[in-house]
Parts: sequence; C-alpha cells; structure tokens
Amino acid sequence: MPGKLKAKIVAGRHLPVMDRASDLTDAFVEVKFGNTTFKTDVFPKSLNPQWNSEWFKFEVDDEDLQDEPLQVTVLDHDTYSANDAIGKVYIDIDPLLCTEAASVISGWFPIYDTIHGIRGEINVLVKVELFNDLNRFRQSSCGVKFFCTTSIPRCYRAAMVHGFVEELVVNEDPEYQWIDRIRTPRASNEARQRLISLMSGELQRKIGLKVLEMGGNAVVGYLQCFDLEGESGLVVRAIGTACTLDKLSSGSAPNTNTHTHPNTAPASNACNSPSKDGKEPVFGEDLLSSSGPPTPFRALPTSSSSPPPPFSPSKPCSRQSSSSDTDLSLTPKTEVSQSVRRRPGIFLCPSSPALSTCTLPLPGSGSVSCVKGSVLTATTPPPLSTIRSDSALLEKNLSFSEDLLLAAPGMGSGGSVGKEAGPLKTLLRQQTQTALEQRGASSSGLLINTGEFPFFTLTSFPPGFLVHVGGVVSARSVKLLDRIHNPDEPETRDAWWEEIRQEIKSHAKALGCHAVVGYSESTSICEEVCILSASGTASILNPRFMREGCLDIGIADHRFEEPSPPSCGFCHIPYDELNMPFPAQLTYCYHCRRQKVPDVLFTTIDLPSEASVTGKGCLIQARLCRLKKKAQGEVNATAISNMLPFMEYELHTQLMNKLKLRSMNALFGLHIQISVGENMLLGLASATGVYLTALPAPGGIQIAGKTPGDLSNDHISTIQKRINDTIAKNKELYQINPPELNEELVGSPIPEPRHRSRLFRSHSESSDEVSELDLSHGKKDAFVLEIDDTDAVEDIHSLLIDAPPPSGFYSCNTEVMPGINTWTSGVQMFTSVRVFRLSNANLTNQGLNKIFTDLCENLLKSFYFKLRSMIPCCLCHLNFTVAVPEDELIQVAVTAVAMTFDKDQTQEKPAEKPITKGSGDTEEQLQFSMELCADSSLANSQPPSKISGVPESSNISSRAASVDYGSFADRCSTWLELLRLKAHTIRRGSVKTISSLERSSPLPDGRSRSLRSTRSFGGTSVTVVKMTPLSFLPGTRIIKYLGIINMFFIRETTSLREEGGVSGFLHSFIAEVFAMVRAHVAALGGNAVVSYSMKECVFMENPNKNQAQCLINVSGDAVICVRESDPEATPSMTNSAQSCSSETDTAT
Amino acid sequence: MAVELDVFVGNTTIMDEEVYKLWLDGYTVNDAVKVRMEGGVMEECEASADVLLSDTMDQYRTFQMCERLLHSPAKLANQLLFQITPHRQAVLIERYYAFDDAFVREVLGKKLSKGTKKDLDDISAKTSVTLKSCRRQFDNFKRVFKVVEELKGPLVENIRQHFLLSDKLGRDYAAIVFFANNRFETGKRKLQYLTFQDFAFCAGQLINNWTVGAVDHMVEDMDVDLDKEFLQELKELKILITDKDLLDQHKSLVCTALRGKTKAFNEMEANFKNLSRGLVNIAAKLTNTKDVRDFFIDLVEKFIEPCRSDRWTAADMRLYLTHYTNSAHILDTFKHQVVWDRYMGVIKSCIFKMYHD
Repeated sequence: MPGKLKAKIVAGRHLPVMDRASDLTDAFVEVKFGNTTFKTDVFPKSLNPQWNSEWFKFEVDDEDLQDEPLQVTVLDHDTYSANDAIGKVYIDIDPLLCTEAASVISGWFPIYDTIHGIRGEINVLVKVELFNDLNRFRQSSCGVKFFCTTSIPRCYRAAMVHGFVEELVVNEDPEYQWIDRIRTPRASNEARQRLISLMSGELQRKIGLKVLEMGGNAVVGYLQCFDLEGESGLVVRAIGTACTLDKLSSGSAPNTNTHTHPNTAPASNACNSPSKDGKEPVFGEDLLSSSGPPTPFRALPTSSSSPPPPFSPSKPCSRQSSSSDTDLSLTPKTEVSQSVRRRPGIFLCPSSPALSTCTLPLPGSGSVSCVKGSVLTATTPPPLSTIRSDSALLEKNLSFSEDLLLAAPGMGSGGSVGKEAGPLKTLLRQQTQTALEQRGASSSGLLINTGEFPFFTLTSFPPGFLVHVGGVVSARSVKLLDRIHNPDEPETRDAWWEEIRQEIKSHAKALGCHAVVGYSESTSICEEVCILSASGTASILNPRFMREGCLDIGIADHRFEEPSPPSCGFCHIPYDELNMPFPAQLTYCYHCRRQKVPDVLFTTIDLPSEASVTGKGCLIQARLCRLKKKAQGEVNATAISNMLPFMEYELHTQLMNKLKLRSMNALFGLHIQISVGENMLLGLASATGVYLTALPAPGGIQIAGKTPGDLSNDHISTIQKRINDTIAKNKELYQINPPELNEELVGSPIPEPRHRSRLFRSHSESSDEVSELDLSHGKKDAFVLEIDDTDAVEDIHSLLIDAPPPSGFYSCNTEVMPGINTWTSGVQMFTSVRVFRLSNANLTNQGLNKIFTDLCENLLKSFYFKLRSMIPCCLCHLNFTVAVPEDELIQVAVTAVAMTFDKDQTQEKPAEKPITKGSGDTEEQLQFSMELCADSSLANSQPPSKISGVPESSNISSRAASVDYGSFADRCSTWLELLRLKAHTIRRGSVKTISSLERSSPLPDGRSRSLRSTRSFGGTSVTVVKMTPLSFLPGTRIIKYLGIINMFFIRETTSLREEGGVSGFLHSFIAEVFAMVRAHVAALGGNAVVSYSMKECVFMENPNKNQAQCLINVSGDAVICVRESDPEATPSMTNSAQSCSSETDTAT
Repeated sequence: MAVELDVFVGNTTIMDEEVYKLWLDGYTVNDAVKVRMEGGVMEECEASADVLLSDTMDQYRTFQMCERLLHSPAKLANQLLFQITPHRQAVLIERYYAFDDAFVREVLGKKLSKGTKKDLDDISAKTSVTLKSCRRQFDNFKRVFKVVEELKGPLVENIRQHFLLSDKLGRDYAAIVFFANNRFETGKRKLQYLTFQDFAFCAGQLINNWTVGAVDHMVEDMDVDLDKEFLQELKELKILITDKDLLDQHKSLVCTALRGKTKAFNEMEANFKNLSRGLVNIAAKLTNTKDVRDFFIDLVEKFIEPCRSDRWTAADMRLYLTHYTNSAHILDTFKHQVVWDRYMGVIKSCIFKMYHD
C-alpha cells in the first residue's frame, strides 16, 4: 500500500568552507528515498544557505517506508570538477508511520561525514501521508510500536503480553566486498551505514509482522544487535516481547493499572492493532468458551488480542492446548521440529481450577525454588565436536539433578568430546524436557501453551506479574563462522540461536519454571570464532497477565487468592523441594513465614518494586582474564569451549564471595559477559547486590587453612580478621542491620500486626516453621573459603581490593538503587571508553586479572571523581562492556547515568515507585528555564523583526522558544497550546532562527542588528534533550513516546594525530553521536531519550598509518516528558496530543 | 602497559571551572595535575593521581574542542555538538575572553599585527603569563578588533552582541580596540604607573565624547575614530593662550575662585600659564596622528607631572580643573564654549583618573 513521503529542505547553517578562494560554499542538497532523488537549487556563496525548497514528494510502498531511511546529502557545487560531498543525514521515518508517535519530523540535523564528522547543520521537514486501510497488507507492519524500554512503557498499560519475538537478517558486509578495494573509505563507510540502516528497518518490519500475527500492537524490550562477522557477513538480529498495549488515559498515573475501566482496552485496541479485525470474529467465540468463567467484559479484549493468524499452521494446535483445562496436557511440540511455523506467545489457561492451584503455591512442600542456580552450558558446533559441559558451578557442594545431567551428556570437568552426542543429546533433551515441563506444569498448576519460547525481554513488571523467581539460566555456545551464502535464508544463524534458546528453555524447566524473564542474547566474535550467549531468569508468571492483561485485576482479585505476600512472593522457590535440581539451603521466608526461600537469589531482572529490601544495594562485579593459546579453526573453538565452564565457575565464585563480603543475599540485573580475543578470554559479571528482607541473613566468610606449611595460623587469622572487618564495615556502609530483628520476630509468639492475618490463617504450620528455622540457622554460617595455596591467598586479596564508592556515592547496574527512592532531578548520562595496552611481557593469569580488575576499579573511581559535584548521587544502570579488539588490548566501555537524590530521605519501605517520589525540582533546572523564558522574551521584545514580518508570528516564535528550552517550566500555556505553537515554529521558527543566526555573522549590516537582544542565549532553537539508560527521568512524567531511536554511525580518520590521537578522535565521535541522537529526538518533538544504550562500540586503530575507525550503535526511546509537578499537563494530554498532531497536519 | 585510550563524554558537557582556568592560563596537563593535587581536590573524593590525570586530559580535550566555537561565541548557543547550559556557556565565554591586566598593559595601543605577536614571548617572560595564554589573549583582541572594525553602531554594544560578553568586559574590549586603532602610546616609562583600568576609563571617555559616534549614530567606525571636525575645531582654542589678555583674564578668574580654598594656591597661581598652555597645546595638536598617539604622554608630561612635583592633592586637582574649565565660560571674548566643554570634559575626567601614584 502506498504512502506519500514529503520532505522539504529549509536551510543550512555553520557549513564548512568548501571553496578556499572565497572562504564560502555553494551548497545544494540531494534528497533520496529508495531510488528517487530530488535536488534543491544551489545556494551560492554562503555558509548559511536558505534553500527553502518546495516539498519533495515520494510515492512509495509502506514496506519501503519501513525499511528505508530518508537520505539527505549536502554537496558543494563545483562548476569545473565533481561536486564535493559535505555530508549526509539519514532520517529514520519509522516514527511517522505510527499514529501515536510523532506526526512530523522537523529540526536541525547535524550534517555528518564519516571522515570529517559533523560539518554544519541542516534544517529539514519530513511528513508522511499513509492510507488508512493498513491491514490489507502483510509485508508491512506500520503501526506496531517499538520500545527499547524493558518494562511496560510509562504511559501505557499492558492489556496482554504475547511473548517472545525474534528475527535476524544477514547480508554481506560492504567492507569486505571486492568493490571495497577500489572505492574510497567514505563510500565504503556510507555503504555500510546505509546497509545497516536498511537491514534494521527490514528487521523491525519483520518483527512487526510477527507481532501483528500474534495480535499484538507493540514490542517492548526491543533489543537489536549487530554481529560484524567480518568476511562471513553481517548479521542484524533482534529480540523483544510482543504486547498489546493500551494508552493510559491521562488522568491515571503511569504504571498503575488497577483502576481503568476494562472496556477501554478493546476500544483502544481497535485503533492500535490494525490487523486484528480479520481475526476477531474467528476467535471471539472460541475464546469465550475456553476462558473458563469469563466476565462479560473479558471476551472482547481477549479476542482482540488473540494471536494466531489464520494461516499459521500451528494455530489450531496451540489454541487447543490453551483451551484444554487438564493440567498435565502440556505438549512441548516446540523442539520437535523447526519446520513448524513459530507461534510465539505464552498462553496460560485461565480456567478456574488450574488457576486456583497455581495461585496457592502448594502449602508445605509444593514448589521449591532452586535459587542460586545459574545453569550454564557451553557448546561447540555439533558437527565438529560437541562439548557439552553443563555445570552448575555454584558452591563446592553443588551438583546437578538427574534431569539436568541427562540433558547434558558428556558433562564432566571441562566436558568431553563426543561426535555422536549430537542426536542423542537432542533426544535426551526432548525426553527430559517433556518430563520437566509436565512437572513444572503440575507443580505450578499452570497450563502453558508455551508457543515456542516463553521468554520475556522485560526486566521489570507490573505488580503481581512475577509470581516466583527460580534463578539465572544461561547458555553459551561456541561456533565457527563461515560465509553466509544466501542472505535470504539465514538458516544457520537461526539454527544456532534456536539451539541456545532450547537450552535456556530446558534449564528453566529444570528449575520448575515455565518462563524466562529478563532474557537477553549477545555474541562475542574474534576472527572466525563466535561465542553466542543467552541468559535470563527462570520464573513463574501470573497467568492473568498473559491472557486478559491487567485490565481486570480488580475483578480477578476477588476470585484469585493472593498467591503470596507481594513483597516476598517472588523469592519463594518455584519448584518441588523434594526434587531440587541441586541441593540448596532452604528456609522459611523471613517475611511471610509460610513458604520456602533459598539462601541466595541470583536474577537478571530489576528488583521488583514491591520487594522489601534492607539497607542499600551496591554494584558487585566479578572480573576474570584467562590466557589462551593462539589457535585456528576447530582447535581454537574447542579450546574456548573448554575454558568457558571454568570461567563461569570462577566468576560465579567471585560473585558469591563478594556478595557475602557485603553481607547481602541477592543479586539483581546479573549480566555476565565473556569476550573472546586472540590470546585471551575476558569475563565480566556485573550485578546489583541487595539484602532481601525475605531471605535469610548471609553467614560470614570463614577462612580455613589446609596446608600447615608457610601459611601460619597467624596469617589466616589476619586474613579472617580483615574479612570480618570488611563485612562489618560494609554492613554499616550499606545500612544493613535487620537480622537481629528478624530473628526475634521468628521466636516471638505474637506476630507483628501486618503479618497477623497470614500467620493466623496458616496457624497450624507456624509452629513447625520455628523449629525448621532454627535448624537452618545453624547451617547458614558455613561458607568456608579454603586457603591451600598462594593462588587462593591472592584470590582473597583481590576480594578485598574492591574499594567501596566514596561517601555520597552509590552505584548499581539496575534501573534504580534499591533502598533509594527520593530522586531529585539532576541527571547526567555519560559514556566512557578505555583501552588498555598490555605489555608483551609474559603475563600470568593472575597478573592479567589484576590489570583487568584495576582497569574496572579505576574507571569507577574516575566516574566518582568527575561526578563529585552531584553528591549525593547514585550511578545507575552501570553497563560495562568488555572487548579484546586486538592482541594486547583490553577495551572497556561504560554507559551509565548519575542521578542525584535527597539525602534526608526517610528510611521507609521502598515499595513506592521511585518516579512518583522524586519530584523535588532542583533549583538549577527551575532557574534555567525561567532564565530562558526571560531571555527569549527579552530577545523578542525589542526586535525590529525584519523577517517574521507579521507581529503575531514573532510573538508566537518567542513563546515557542520557551517551549524548546523550558518545556518543563512553561506553566502559562496548556499542552495543547504548546504543541500547536511548536507546530508553528516548525514553519516559522526556522526562518526566525536563521535571522538570529545571521546576526552572528561578522558582516557589516544595519545598526538595527546590533541593537537586537543582548546576550540572547535563549533566542536559539537548540532543545535541551536529556538522555538516560533508565526507563524514566526522575521528577518527570513521560506523556508521549515518539518512537524508537536506532542509529548506527561509522567514523574514520586518516589524520589521527591531528585529531588529538585516539582519545581525541573517539571523544569527538561520541560527542557527535550524542549530538545526532539529540537532534533526531528534538526533530521528533521530544525532549528526552529513555532506555538509551550504546550497544556497539567497535574501535580499530592503526597509529602507524595515522588511521583509526570506529563504529557505534545506539538506541533508545524518544519521549516527551513533563515535570511531574506540572498540574496542567495532566488533564488533556491524550486529547491534545491527538488533536495537535492533526492540527499540525492541517496547519502545514 | 598503559592506558591507550581514555575518554569520558557526558550528555551534558561536564566542565570543571578550576581546570578551565588552568587551561586558559596555559598550563600543560601535567602542570595542571600538579596544581590540582596541591589544591587538595584529591582528598575531596578519594581520588588518585591517575584519576586526576585522566580527568584533566578529558577536560583539556573538551576545552580544545570547544575553543573553535568560542571563537565565535554566538555559535556556542546554537551548535549541537555540546549540550551546555546557557549559564555555563556564559561562564565559558566570559572566562575565555577575560585577560590578564599585566598582559594587556603590554600590548595596549600596539598594532595587533604579526609583528606584535612575535614579541609575545618577551611579553610572556616579562609578565610571567604563559606564552599560550598570551597567544590566546592576543588572538582574542585581534579577533574582536577585526569583527567590530567594519561594523556600524556603538562599539561596546557591537562587541557585546558578537561576543556575548558582559558589560564590563565589553567596555574593556572597546578600550583595547580603541587604543589599538588609534595606536596610543602607553609603553613609555612615564606612563608605566598607569593601570589598564586607568586607560580603559579614559578610552571610555574618549569614545563617548570625542568620536564620530558621539554626534552621529550611524557611521562606520563611529566609535573607533576620533571626530575629525572636532579635532579641527580644537585649534580654535589656541586663542586662550595666544591672546595675552584672555590668558590673563582667565588666570585672574581662576585665581579669584581658588584663593583660600587650597594650600597649593601659590603653586597654582605660579604655574597657571604653563599648565594652561600645556592643555591647550595638546588640544591644538590633535589633528596630527602622531600627536594623537602621544596624547597620554603629553597629558602626563605637560600637566600631571608639574602638578605632582608641586604636591597637589587629588582634591586640589579637582578644584583647579573645575574652576579652570568653568572660568572660560565667563570670558567674554571666548566664543568656543561648546568645543571647550567637549574637550575639557574628557580631559578633566582623564586627569582625575590618571592623577595617582
């Protein structure tokens, strides 16, 4: 179906001098979309050209609209020789294809050249006219919303979570094509940028199609990655969670999903998911019958969101199982064949018998969690040599359950090689899985139609969504890359991931869980070896959310019994105590006293908002370097896969020790990255440690000497003392001081009031509990570190090296710091990259470890120092990525955000959402916007206004300027007005800006010019755009999501020294990337980027040739946010946004 | 083993004012680190020397990248590369264009040419301002000079417009431009006791009263060049010293007014003719460019030094000049009251400012 894309080139500014003789430029612009190109006239002899072109119109398929970027090229006209390119702007028009996102793209874009960086700016206007009958076409998926945010976006409500979507596309890397030998570096870079832009457009479209098939209207937690496989090609892959989202009516606060009328869901669905109407009649009836005793409302929402498209082969089958209400009839058809068309989407039967069992998690011994289980797998490509080494790698006493052993033949130290293991393995796995799934289903009482993968890329959930958390599941596999022969059928890559996901799924089953949340995938590539990794948190989810969404929570709550107290329920073990996958110490929950909890809990998700935490959390990192012999091909792959389990084990041990050292008992946001280089492997595990009130207090660490030799008792006792001191210090530092209190509570006959009701109900059990607890209490101190050689001593020393952050600072890698909930609005996002060159001296593993640890520690110290003016502050979402770009180089890249908070917070429960609290507006910000308003009005009060002749229009632009800067502060206008004004600025403001710009040019002109506003900072049109890796900005409320930002840039230089060396080069490149992201967001009408991340930062240098190249991929969600305290924005936002967009359309 | 690459980029550009100062003052990274260590910033945040070095390098890089923008400050406000709060932008600009009085005193009135630039190392040695800082300051002067040279309109206002400077700094730059354009001699030993601020004040007086712009607001170079017609008219004042009657009459009027009001009365009476000749001669000679250049040295030699050797106090000076100026109005035969006022107004305030040790 065609759409009409319209683009207009307004003006340029700050262009570079292209003609040395005149010190000026004769610029013109080419606008290209698909194969159509338009040109503007040449604007001679100016560095600030005013093209003011006509509307260039492209009539195109919406498929192309989704795939292609609009390409704007600025050139310098040259009469005698070829025109010189100044630079380009790629504009992703995807946000315009969604009715709810942006309606126009308009603003100043940096003109970017891959060799010279940013060279001036260009003002462009882009619009799209789409025809209405969207759903007739299958190849495009316009209208599906994408979010990088890994939680339900703030101004939406999840009507239904459909499940996992994934896709990958492959192509040849232009850099490795034969033509690259004869074309310029610029041409090659641009070809690459364009290709990747195309591929990610295509990928997004394909994922969108899948979502539509499933009946969803959005992808949340969209994670797109590039694998630069060198010779063998370029892979762009993405995963995400398909959802049906409803826009919250503006009155209700974000993230509260309780009080919306159920009927609103279908209504908004009708407009949100364009594909649904065909299916509604088919399924409406069906689902009605299958969904147990539905309330009258419920039929509609379910039908509108019911997934399978008519042509999906697996549909009938899945529907059947979802509607059957026998609890054991789980059909794990998934692993049988991949030829069955994928139908992702988790279906939990809501029929009442099943549900009631599920929500009452088996008094006594029903489900028992495996806690600290990270189940790890390393696999080499089956055809060559299969090394399956599943190991639980926990404490020394840890072993696998039978099931898992079965699933992992050839497990043993390091894993043995067995060629024939491939098919056997699959067979075994299938069996085990079936068994496991049945057990899982029975124990939880849930009926799951798992589709293929019950994975969720979300890391935080609406309250009540997450029932139990099992533990971390992860899988890795080592593959040898070969050339991708047919880009249209990326089967190998698909199969690889398929394999890994199966692995993950089976691990989750082994933990008695039916779902994996906080799921992510990554790769590390070195030459032809590739490590694929996936990890997530096995868990049990509340079926209500799968089926009906949260719209009927209110109703449902009467029917369902509260499964467990919300603040501790997720800690309760999800599976059978008698049939644990590995031994773990279980105790009764310290919070509710009714269910079993593990002694330690590891997860990849964010801390659930309802969880109760004692004290503060902190960043915990395990770092590891392992040398490896240089090798080629299979030998190399085998060597790597042999090393992986050991690395995982050591990382895990380190994490566990550091956790104990901080006297904490749970890890959230665990992310383990293993990077491969020619001669070493790097492992970095980051997580946020907390003390969960529901879990038992961790015992101390005891040092035991084994050899009497030179390690005297004295020595051991000094170490022991140091450790004890550290623990005591940490307890104080992180304010962890509750265990005593808890212990008493256990013994006391009168329960604390808030526990009373629960205890009362299960009164008979409580007496047992006490004795149980005593028993467990005796056991829990037994965490012993043995010192038997110097290595162990070193290890312990390294444990103690980690310096706590200086006072006033906290750090974590989750969204927010557990225990802090009074955020103020100071926000500073930053990216830092360090590359460390190792001396070629023969390094030991120990030495390497030290270097690596120091590198990370020093980075953190640098952050603390640089951000010291923000104290008290917390570094949130510290995301470390490590790489081994060359033989002796270690690269660490970090993106994080520093946020200020109010020190004098009360030590109350963190149950409330941080965002709702952190509204204390900083002085600075207030001042800032006020000042600007004043300035801009001042600037406009005197102007002779020669260009914007109409008095009214100058008035408008002055107010619009204040929108730009102080959109938080402008209280005098309603949002409707603001947006309308903005629309005006789009047309007039640009003209106005130019005028203010020309003022700055040092050319003689009338006196009027110099009489114009003094110090007119506010008169400019640069919007302040905040960026954060979090899903929110403290003190503000997101009122609109404008679309996903996904940008890929290459920068290359052949004059490295002149650009300030590698640091200078990268510094300016990162600054440029930020600038381009901000410009795109501003052009969409936004003022912030949330869930920002830098997914790729590949840096290559050749100092001898004075060259360097860098690739950066960033993504995030462009949003409009308003200050939380702003009362006016609340009432009419949805409407005004809507009417505004339409108004803009008509206006322009 | 070394950190090969180390960058830190914030969405809002982080700039430490202390480091900015060190950078502006031309410290090398290593020297700056030393200064910072001595300043005790390390204890403040448990930092190590490495951390400090890394931070300083980052900041220096940022400043270097910003420097291009600072050359045309208006660009800083609408560039997209760095997100800097307007307040911070203003600080950056103001500091960048700030200068050392010691340095500016050396180049004041000199031609802002390559030749002068070559002498900067001498100036650097003499003033103990680093060469790097000298270059920046010199280039700033030159840049401002070039831009406003061709503009119409009031000088101070133009400077503030184009360089977004504060009023004070704008005035100082106006003085520098004015001095450079008219090449006033300020380097002579006799003038050494005068500070930049003395000169800047005088420049302000001259700009406001003696330039073309003081009469006509829409002329090019209006504030940079002295009003030629006015200078021509100044010749007419000679009558005050050439006409013997007039001179005597003037003297007696002044003396009558001063008698009994000051201890230095005798010296004033004795020196009246000399001093009056001095001032009027200065006025009469100003049509010569050469004599314009010597304006300040003439003022000192012909007026300030004689008075100082007679130990006039500042109050004496004030009294004398006030009456000297006013008495001329009473002279019947003296017809050039307007020119006289325009001339003496400036001379009076300049001398007040310059009359100190």
